[in-house]
Amino acid sequence: MSQAFTKSMARNIFFGGSTFFFLLLVALTFDTMQVLPKRDHRENITPAVERGKMVWEQNNCIGCHTLLGEGAYYAPELGNVYARRGGGEFIKAWIKSRPAEGTPGNRRQMPQFNLTDQELDDMVAFLKWTGEINTAKWPPNIEG
Amino acid sequence: MQYQSQAVAKPYFIAAIGLFVGQILFGLIMGLQYVMGDFLFPEIPFNVARMVHTNLLIVWLLFGFMGAAYYMIPEESESELFSPKLALLTFWVFLVAGALTIVGYLMVPYATLAKLTFNDLWPTMGREFLEQPLVTKVGIVLVALSMLFNLTMTVLKGRKTSISIVLLMGLWGLAVFFLFSFYNPSNLVLDKYFWWWTVHLWVEGVWELILGSLLAFVLIKVTGVDREIIEKWLYMIIAMVLITGIIGMGHHYYWIGTPEYWQWFGSVFSALEPIPFFMMTVFAFNMVNRRRREHPNKAATLWALGTGVMAFLGAGVWGFLHTLAPVNFYTHGTQITAAHGHMAFYGAYAMVVMTIISYAMPMMRGRAANSEKAQILEMWSFWLMTIAMVFITLFLTAAGILQVWLQRVSTTPLGFMAAQDQTVLFYWLREISGVIFLIGLVLYIISFFVKGETKEAA
Repeated sequence: MSQAFTKSMARNIFFGGSTFFFLLLVALTFDTMQVLPKRDHRENITPAVERGKMVWEQNNCIGCHTLLGEGAYYAPELGNVYARRGGGEFIKAWIKSRPAEGTPGNRRQMPQFNLTDQELDDMVAFLKWTGEINTAKWPPNIEG
Repeated sequence: MQYQSQAVAKPYFIAAIGLFVGQILFGLIMGLQYVMGDFLFPEIPFNVARMVHTNLLIVWLLFGFMGAAYYMIPEESESELFSPKLALLTFWVFLVAGALTIVGYLMVPYATLAKLTFNDLWPTMGREFLEQPLVTKVGIVLVALSMLFNLTMTVLKGRKTSISIVLLMGLWGLAVFFLFSFYNPSNLVLDKYFWWWTVHLWVEGVWELILGSLLAFVLIKVTGVDREIIEKWLYMIIAMVLITGIIGMGHHYYWIGTPEYWQWFGSVFSALEPIPFFMMTVFAFNMVNRRRREHPNKAATLWALGTGVMAFLGAGVWGFLHTLAPVNFYTHGTQITAAHGHMAFYGAYAMVVMTIISYAMPMMRGRAANSEKAQILEMWSFWLMTIAMVFITLFLTAAGILQVWLQRVSTTPLGFMAAQDQTVLFYWLREISGVIFLIGLVLYIISFFVKGETKEAA
């Protein structure tokens, strides 16, 4: 870089640029917060959905699955699993039926989490609500 | 080494390398579980292995950053560290807290760990990379504050260079943005939105300030180029980092319920994020070409150049590959993301930590550089790990392209597991590359114990 361009000019670009764009981020975040209620349908977050999110977190589901595309890539996307499996009965039956010692063969294994019926219902409520978030038409198809 | 207190960096670097080994071993376990699903089941399920793999990565990089800061700040400030004892105490607190957390992950089911650590009272667990129990998160904050107090006091009483100011800003930013990990609303969209304020503003924001200052410090030392020139580059690089990277956060806001305008903001700004990484590459090569001395530590110079190149490839090129919204619509949450994550973390952060270790460790052991024999072995380990990581990335990319095609693009889309069954070959090749990486890492460690003729440090 040429001599006419000094270190203090570079420093000013750094401080000015980062301050400006951080303020822009804050402004966009403010706007996003105004718009979100229409997209996340928070009026449907029942106590069951709240408890379901806790079940989701406390069993580290994100360690294998993705949820809205974020998480691990070892097991299927679950943001749309409620729609993909046609409701909650399949989901509950699937979670309940995982053998503690694993399924035979080379298959990827899902642990047996020993969830109670209440926890299973809460989990389904959480996944159902998640499936209704406006995600700009993602994923591309029902397979997730 | 010019100041006695710089030596507190040594245990930090040793712990970093030790945890790095753990990270790679768990990576190999997971890689095998991709192709042999029942491997180590039910003892270590995949989600546990992954949590250990990613958390060890974060913790060893933090150890590396802290060690780097404790080494660099006294030399930059031309003053002994404010309190070497506090730095050592902080080291042990962090190591024990980190070790207990990992043991907790491995010994009890995660739900039990959540119960034992009262996650119900203030739920923060179970979110990707932020799986630590609340008490560990609080510990991380305390460790960071102790370090920041120690370093800030040192800078205040000594010389204030641009390198130490940028490093301090990076470390303060690291602590501040970590605070978002304590915010976990029951609304998943809000949760995800602010989760990124820790994750994105770390790795595509303030961590790059740390990266830049470490690289600048080592380049001054090994090339002897005028500080004014190096610090001018440093400011330009980090200016571009934040100008592109702050709004670049929009590339995480395409499909999580956030408004569609983020597709424009995210695409445009994150498409520019490779620029600072490209500048880093040009910077490193330029400075080495214009060097005013022949530093005997060739290995450190190699790591510095490698950081520039691999950070540009991994973070820059592989990030750009899937950052535009219309592309990301198909690639979001696939092996493409995994490919990018691996090369970006290795190229930018793992390599810069190894750069500073390569420069500082010989100094702390009383010599300007290791013996030629030791350096040759270290350079072998550089090439083995780096080439292995290139192949890991290429194989994961291949698996990702296949996955996207079979599961999302095809007119007769396959289900997730059916598509995964078609990509097994690439997962095997990735695992073999991982073994090569481990061999490189073992050679790296052996290189510390190779004796030979060395020159005393100036």
